[in-house]
Amino acid sequence: MSTTHVTGAATEADETTGRVYDVAGEDWDSVILGDEDRTTAEQIVVNMGPQHPSTHGVLRLILTLEGETVADARASIGYLHTGIEKSMEYRTWTQGTTFITRADYLMPLYNEIAYCMSVERLLGVEDKIPERATLIRVLLLELNRISSHLGGLGPFGMELGATTIFLQGLRMRENILDLFELITGLRMNHAFIRPGGVAQDVTPGHLEAIRDFLKKAPKWVKDLRTLIDANPVFIARTKGIAYLDLQGCMALGVTGPMLRATGLPWDLRKSQPCLGYETFDFEVPTTDTCDAYGRYLVRVEEINQSLRIVAQAVDRLAARDSVKDDPWLIQDAKIGWPARLSLGPDGMGPSPEHIAHIMGQSMEGLIHHFKLVTEGFRVPAGQAYVPIESPKGEIGCHVVSDGGTRPYRAHLRDPSFHHMQAVAVLCEGGNLADVIPAIASIDPVIGGVDR
Amino acid sequence: MTTPPGPQADGNPPAEAGGDAAAADQRPENLPERLGAQRLAAPVVRTGMFGAHGSPDTSGYGGLRVHKPLAPSTARPYGGYFDAVADALEAALTGGGIAPGEAIERVVVEHGEVTFFVRREHLSSVAGHFLHDPALRFEIFSGVSGVHYPDEAGRELSAVYHLASITHNRRVRLEVRAPDADPHIPSVTATYPAANWHERETWDFFGIVFDGHPALTRIEMPDDWLGHPQRKDYPLGGIPVEYRGTKVPPPDERRSYYS
Repeated sequence: MSTTHVTGAATEADETTGRVYDVAGEDWDSVILGDEDRTTAEQIVVNMGPQHPSTHGVLRLILTLEGETVADARASIGYLHTGIEKSMEYRTWTQGTTFITRADYLMPLYNEIAYCMSVERLLGVEDKIPERATLIRVLLLELNRISSHLGGLGPFGMELGATTIFLQGLRMRENILDLFELITGLRMNHAFIRPGGVAQDVTPGHLEAIRDFLKKAPKWVKDLRTLIDANPVFIARTKGIAYLDLQGCMALGVTGPMLRATGLPWDLRKSQPCLGYETFDFEVPTTDTCDAYGRYLVRVEEINQSLRIVAQAVDRLAARDSVKDDPWLIQDAKIGWPARLSLGPDGMGPSPEHIAHIMGQSMEGLIHHFKLVTEGFRVPAGQAYVPIESPKGEIGCHVVSDGGTRPYRAHLRDPSFHHMQAVAVLCEGGNLADVIPAIASIDPVIGGVDR
Repeated sequence: MTTPPGPQADGNPPAEAGGDAAAADQRPENLPERLGAQRLAAPVVRTGMFGAHGSPDTSGYGGLRVHKPLAPSTARPYGGYFDAVADALEAALTGGGIAPGEAIERVVVEHGEVTFFVRREHLSSVAGHFLHDPALRFEIFSGVSGVHYPDEAGRELSAVYHLASITHNRRVRLEVRAPDADPHIPSVTATYPAANWHERETWDFFGIVFDGHPALTRIEMPDDWLGHPQRKDYPLGGIPVEYRGTKVPPPDERRSYYS
């Protein structure tokens, strides 16, 4: 360490100003009983958390209350910081996907695609990604959009005290995770999208399973809407709550469903399309209520639109089944891994034919395989940032290369991190009880916030 | 992709591609002999190629470092909407009494993305123009990303800002450099309130002090943490792991094929 900067930590005087009540389960009445100095006009600072409320992750809110009204709301983050970006600087470009997928664990595939598309731009291979790989990516991304929204909506219900909404949402999400497990081998943290394409092909059996899901899904969404849309408790807790209009969204740089709930149809899939989104038929749902209820409506309608895209992607993939040797990874021996994966006696690994080839027939093949897997490929020096529309808003990965085999710097611009800045605007002046739907309507995942 | 192809600024030959790239090949700066001359003129320094230094690895590849020169400035035309953005920015700066060349160090167009290198003294006014000028109107502040270049003496710390315009459907990137010895960059929170947490994060991880930030405190690391973990001189840390009877060293101590 050549330079060390020290930030000012809280002094003892800062920590002990005012009276401190330690509350652990007992009634508030009994805690303040006998404290004659206390007046009703006093402000109370409440530490909400750090705890793990449902799916969001470990978040701490520092709320200053005047009675039931929130005078000041500050979010404190960092409890889930794992140094993903730093760790990526010590692994190869391909291994980077394994790390970044763990950032926002409700939309792992979006972390992967944001990173991989930036790497592909630096490599200059964006137009060499096989059509099949792009279709598989779109298919999985849209399934992930549905599962992310369900992972937001279900627990939203539970946070308001409705277990049925939670179970209905999670049941449908579970079916998507089953599809992910079938296709990628993992329910979350897939590391399936790689620079150059995807790790594995999608087979006709996979497509059949997705078609089966698509038959059941619309009814599940309908059930969810029947349960929530006109629910008096849900409406009372969300309509007019956590108001953030277009001007506020612009000032805070808010994107995603929060922005579309103000009536602006800004969706990067339409405005700056990549991955061939311009060829898919779908709509960008908006409402103009600017509140938590509007954000719910946008999300649930986006689920329906994503189902449409999934159906189109499945049809296009099925139509390509007749294409012989249709690649799903870039056909560049310097980047794409040499072996297809197959199931062996000790789990998934390079196919037995490939092992027989490199061990028995081709020394050059063995060297190439070894170099590519252990050393990795080199990425030309430069920087790139490719933004795409995730379920939560704009996600992008700022990737810097110095021409080496490892990322010089990879910074994930996570929408949850960005949107958590809006907590103060959404909560201040409202009731304490409205803090919960306000946070839930941002749909933050602290894994992405803290990385 | 929607972004237009720009001339290759890094001195590499353009990748073989379809129609657009074929047209790009015809531009004078992309003629083979000029590209070749550029490559030869660029000083590439290799160090640590042979001999063991501080590592039991004697194969010679343990510490290989290739130092590449800075990406050179791109000459006009930049291609696509980049020229329109640059024109509007120059007009706005001139209107504000600042010579464009004084505020904008250089412009780099690569991979279909534009980067304006802004001198830190002028960042506040440049950011103001990017938000308020009707011809620019970059409303969405996407984030700040710090990068540490310990090899570039006098300009080690870099703050990279991503801006997007909904009005014009455009994107630009600003890059501001500061030396390690004086890690100060003006805050843009007055123009873009959304920069608040991003600047705190960049301070936390790189030690860049954003002057004028309302509350520049650590955001991810604990308040009493020492050092800034994403800097290149900050070790990754880690302990050796025993696996199948052998010790695997932590990732930052493993043999690397760096560069």
